[in-house]
Amino acid sequence: MKKMAIFHGRRWFFRSFSSLSSSHPLRVCIVGSGPAGFYTAEKLLKGHQRAEVDIIDRLPTPFGLVRSGVAPDHQETKIVINQFSRVALNERCSFFGNVSLGTSVSLSELREMYNVVVLAYGAESDRFLGVPGEDLAGIHSAREFVWWYNGHPDYSNLNPDLKRTDTAVVLGQGNVALDVARILLRPTAELATTDVANHALVSLQESSIRKVYLVGRRGPVQAACTAKELREVLGIKDLYIHIQEADLLKSPADEEELKNSRIQRRVYELLSKAANSQRPHPIPGQRELHFMFFRRPVNFLSSDASNNKVTGVHFEKTILKENGESGKQSAVGTGQFEEVECGLVLKSIGYKSVPVDGLPFDHHKGVVPNFRGRVLSNTSVLEKGLYVVGWLKRGPTGIIATNLYCAEETVESISEDVEQGILTPPTVPKPGREGLLQLLDSRDIRFVPFSGWEKIDVKERSEGSAKNKPREKITKWEDLLKVANG
Amino acid sequence: DVREEGNGREEKVSVTFVDKDGEEKHIKVPIGMSMLEAAHENDIELEGACEGSIACSTCHVIVTDMGYYNKLEDPTDEENDMLDLAFGLTETSRLGCQVIAKPELDGLRLVLPSATRNFAVDGLVIQHRITN
Ligand SMILES: Cc1cc2nc3c(=O)[nH]c(=O)nc-3n(C[C@H](O)[C@H](O)[C@H](O)COP(=O)(O)OP(=O)(O)OC[C@H]3O[C@@H](n4cnc5c(N)ncnc54)[C@H](O)[C@@H]3O)c2cc1C
Ligand code: FES
Repeated sequence: MKKMAIFHGRRWFFRSFSSLSSSHPLRVCIVGSGPAGFYTAEKLLKGHQRAEVDIIDRLPTPFGLVRSGVAPDHQETKIVINQFSRVALNERCSFFGNVSLGTSVSLSELREMYNVVVLAYGAESDRFLGVPGEDLAGIHSAREFVWWYNGHPDYSNLNPDLKRTDTAVVLGQGNVALDVARILLRPTAELATTDVANHALVSLQESSIRKVYLVGRRGPVQAACTAKELREVLGIKDLYIHIQEADLLKSPADEEELKNSRIQRRVYELLSKAANSQRPHPIPGQRELHFMFFRRPVNFLSSDASNNKVTGVHFEKTILKENGESGKQSAVGTGQFEEVECGLVLKSIGYKSVPVDGLPFDHHKGVVPNFRGRVLSNTSVLEKGLYVVGWLKRGPTGIIATNLYCAEETVESISEDVEQGILTPPTVPKPGREGLLQLLDSRDIRFVPFSGWEKIDVKERSEGSAKNKPREKITKWEDLLKVANG
Repeated sequence: DVREEGNGREEKVSVTFVDKDGEEKHIKVPIGMSMLEAAHENDIELEGACEGSIACSTCHVIVTDMGYYNKLEDPTDEENDMLDLAFGLTETSRLGCQVIAKPELDGLRLVLPSATRNFAVDGLVIQHRITN
């Protein structure tokens, strides 16, 4: 292994290689076709006339969480798919669906074949709470539940039991928590005209859940959602909202937090407004949403008769303590406990990325260590030609647009490295797409090209239009592959 | 009115966009058109992920002059909700898809926020590992 410091090599590279290297194409493979992958592709294609970009995804369908995360009643948010499709149709861009990093092809193989590999494969696992009873039946991560109602082919069989109980507990108060609460509470007639998966629509129509608790460890000042999502859930037709007024009292530290954050300020205002206008009791039969602040789950409950199914959550009440240096307030237990009976628990406490072989990984933060998108194998050594973007780079936060700026940064790093001649040495050009095609062929892997996705798209839209839905999603692996290859 | 019909000219206002590299582009925007549409008609790289449905915040623009900012209608709750999430939010930020050309806006100047502009190179010495 040779090492080279930029500050030595820079001038020399410019003189000897830059004209030569620029005549080679820049062969790029992006792993993951979510917003981070597509924004990266778009910027690379725009900035580098000699760039050829291949995007691989483990699914037969592109767009990542825009398809499988963003809620079905947020169709406007999904309009960005139009822009991503234009990128995919660029003649220097190709999509390879049904190709999985780690099983179809390894990271070292990709790095052999391409000048640049950009990892944009998101965060497809969950953080654990680590409290007893977490594996009882009836407890799901929000990720699984969201994938189920959005028709992700890995979770079309999840089949959460919505009929055994009238109460669900959602742990977490971020936007994903609000999404799942809204899906559980929203009149199904309104969901019926979205692209919600059909199996989920049927199950939600038959659901007996009337009451949802949204539980946070901290208070309304620290709620991790945005005003947009909160406004939406508060605006659900015929919904009884409950917020404990005492929870809205603010400490000086809370005031300070609010002063510094526009989002928190606006979220807090919405919560206080909702608390002030709430009715004393729900009308019989009315659906209910209870905001439960200052509670931390200590264990999940089940009874002998419940057959390993969850029957409730045991909470400890918390108070906020100022956290020395960071100035942040964290929740600490008070030794007072409380139980909530329920038959369904959705944990919305955070997504987590998973590493692949040969990739430096920070297990503590759940991200790939990087310097402005360049993958680092320790604090100062770069993995040549390897980059990261999106949730895998920053952790699982931020909206679609955040990935745009994140991609801008990663592409800027790539451009700097291209300029220094580091990525396209004037030796034999890398095989790129040709190499990938050969490798997939030798392994009998039938990839789904963008035209295959377009077939899925056409079929979904036409089946949807008969039911007044924007699309009827195909939710099984076999069916997706059959349509794509048909 | 007569003048418009008479000589076939619509009424337009002058708007200046300052792009991510700090370059200025002067364009004429017909009354009634949004700054997002105007930018796209003039090849200005203003993002518009949700195509104007107030669901993305990528069309964020910064009005450089408080006087002009005050001439705009107040943002709705929905616009403010998206502005909450806009990258590099300022006191005079708006969504480009919600700023509609009107005569008082003649001379408007809009800056596009950028993640990489003004990035100071820090002293970190980084080495490249040459694999293979
Ligand atoms: C439930 C939910 C709702 C959301 N709602 C909104 C919203 O309304 N508005 C908004 O702006 N943002 C929303 N977001 C945030 C937004 O979806 C994310 O910011 C964004 O999708 C992250 O982009 P990404 O490209 O990093 O990851 P992803 O979108 O997750 O894309 C990762 C891609 O990599 C693929 N992949 C995974 N592993 C492999 C592998 N081994 N090999 C090949 N491919 C692989 C996946 O199939 C996927 O296509 C939501 C997020 C969630 C979870
Ligand atoms: S284009 Fe999406 S908010 Fe303006």
